[in-house]
Amino acid sequence: MDYESVIGLEVHVQLKTKSKMFCACQNKYGSPPNTQVCPVCLGLPGTLPVMNEQAVKMTVLTGMMLGCEISPYSKFDRKNYFYPDMPKNYQISQYDMPLCKSGHIDLVKECYPKDAQNQVSAAKRIGITRIHLEEDVAKSFHLETTSSIDFNRAGTPLMEIVSEPDINTPEEAFAYLSTLRQILLYGKVSDADMEKGQMRCDCNISVRPVGQKEFGTKLEIKNMNTISGVRRALAYEIQRQTGCLKKGENLTQETRRWDEAAGQTFGMRSKEMAHDYRYFPEPDLMPVDTAVFMNEVKSWLPELPAAKKQRFMSDYRLTDYNAGVLVADLELANFFEVGAAPGKNPNAVANWVVNDLLRDLSESKLAIAQSPIKPLDIAELVEFCESGKISSRQAKDVFVEMFKTGKMPHRIIEEKGLSQVSDAAALETWCDEAIAANPQSVEAYKSGKTTALNHLKGQVMKLSKGKANPKTVDGILIKKLSA
Amino acid sequence: MSTNNSGKKIDVAYVAQLARLELTGEERVRLAGQLDRILEYVDQLRQLNVDGIEPTAHAIPQVNVFRSDEARPGLPLKEALKNAPQRMNDLFVVPKVVED
Ligand SMILES: [Zn+2]
Repeated sequence: MDYESVIGLEVHVQLKTKSKMFCACQNKYGSPPNTQVCPVCLGLPGTLPVMNEQAVKMTVLTGMMLGCEISPYSKFDRKNYFYPDMPKNYQISQYDMPLCKSGHIDLVKECYPKDAQNQVSAAKRIGITRIHLEEDVAKSFHLETTSSIDFNRAGTPLMEIVSEPDINTPEEAFAYLSTLRQILLYGKVSDADMEKGQMRCDCNISVRPVGQKEFGTKLEIKNMNTISGVRRALAYEIQRQTGCLKKGENLTQETRRWDEAAGQTFGMRSKEMAHDYRYFPEPDLMPVDTAVFMNEVKSWLPELPAAKKQRFMSDYRLTDYNAGVLVADLELANFFEVGAAPGKNPNAVANWVVNDLLRDLSESKLAIAQSPIKPLDIAELVEFCESGKISSRQAKDVFVEMFKTGKMPHRIIEEKGLSQVSDAAALETWCDEAIAANPQSVEAYKSGKTTALNHLKGQVMKLSKGKANPKTVDGILIKKLSA
Repeated sequence: MSTNNSGKKIDVAYVAQLARLELTGEERVRLAGQLDRILEYVDQLRQLNVDGIEPTAHAIPQVNVFRSDEARPGLPLKEALKNAPQRMNDLFVVPKVVED
């Protein structure tokens, strides 16, 4: 029997506001423990929350970017539970009137893991059930006999983005998360760094025999801190659950924890009692009427990856592949556009960025913002190639030097005395030398082996120390040999 | 056990457990009676005709009470940790909680 999996993702995203959700404490990652706290985010009695306008608007912007309906009227609720990361014993969240509903994410090929891209045919649409806004909880560290708590994170504006159970493979989950992350970065609503906990993902997964209508037993996986970790955890879990079902075992509904080092999920000690949060409307906050600021937030809408890709292909005539690689990273796309602006050959700029620059950056573990080569340097390099001043072979060397030193191409060309020799007299001398030194190749060429010409051309390039213009050399050699 | 007019039963022991309250049997009986009376009181609202009235989350017709997104310094560390039952490395220390 064949089995299929049904996956839904709940993604928590910290918003990149200056201050927290309900108090004016700084919203910043990595400060010393308990140094950005106040009575509100410590949950002290008698304090009152006041809503951060920017956080509400950023959530609405996220909803717009994900094609959601924005609720005209929304409110906050108290989610009651007891845990030391939330000492007021309730989290301010949204229950039945979230800010955004029914959106979607289209999974395009480039967002899948590299090794799975060739299996992707058509774009698949994953539904988004809802996006609500809440406050993040404090961070707890569990020691042998005690737990210790840092409240810096408590009260950080946190969006929860809930997908429909439309995802069927670990690769689709990967693509969903990387697309979502890309969109969040385009909208500048979050830095969405999973390793910093700015984007966190819980997976709901069940496995059922193909053709069965009812869902299988739903299990939740937590604690994945990279997008590829989510892929591995799901792959493991699907295999484990399928194995259990094949052996006729029953699965129990539980929460499992992914252990990256072990490459396994482990069942977590589950509470006796099912969660019963007794939600009720938060009396300390007034509802939100989104109509008032809809136009303002609409004006913030960025050009999204899919639209940018289309524009790169039509305006710059980039290949599908180049455009896809460039728009995957907003900074890279911007880098390209600055470099492409002055010249007539944007595709050449794209090739340098996509092939050479990305390779060198990744080898040096540098981000695009740290690139020693600036966009206009690439524009200049392309210009030198286009005008025939240097050969493409020389351009590769210049590029290596540019990356190493950060110098502009014209300085390197000057310093190294590089320039392509198109001067006929000099080229003829080298061609004569090559012909004289390689009678066998000459013979071969004359008897019809045209590939022998490449050998002779190679010799000329060698004699010229790579400076000869290969196209001109071709012409001269053919002329001399047919004489 | 008490019942409101919608017929839903309120399990005092369960609610007490949710609220982390430890009740004696006698307290449970007494509170069940008191809860009954509270629910009866609130139930008077059912006598009102609310046809055509939009539900609201708040009694005051006011929306969008916002704070602009500006950060201010919070409490000094010493002040922040003042109520900690125990502290270590500038963290609040509490009895171990098992991750749920
Ligand atoms: Zn605070």
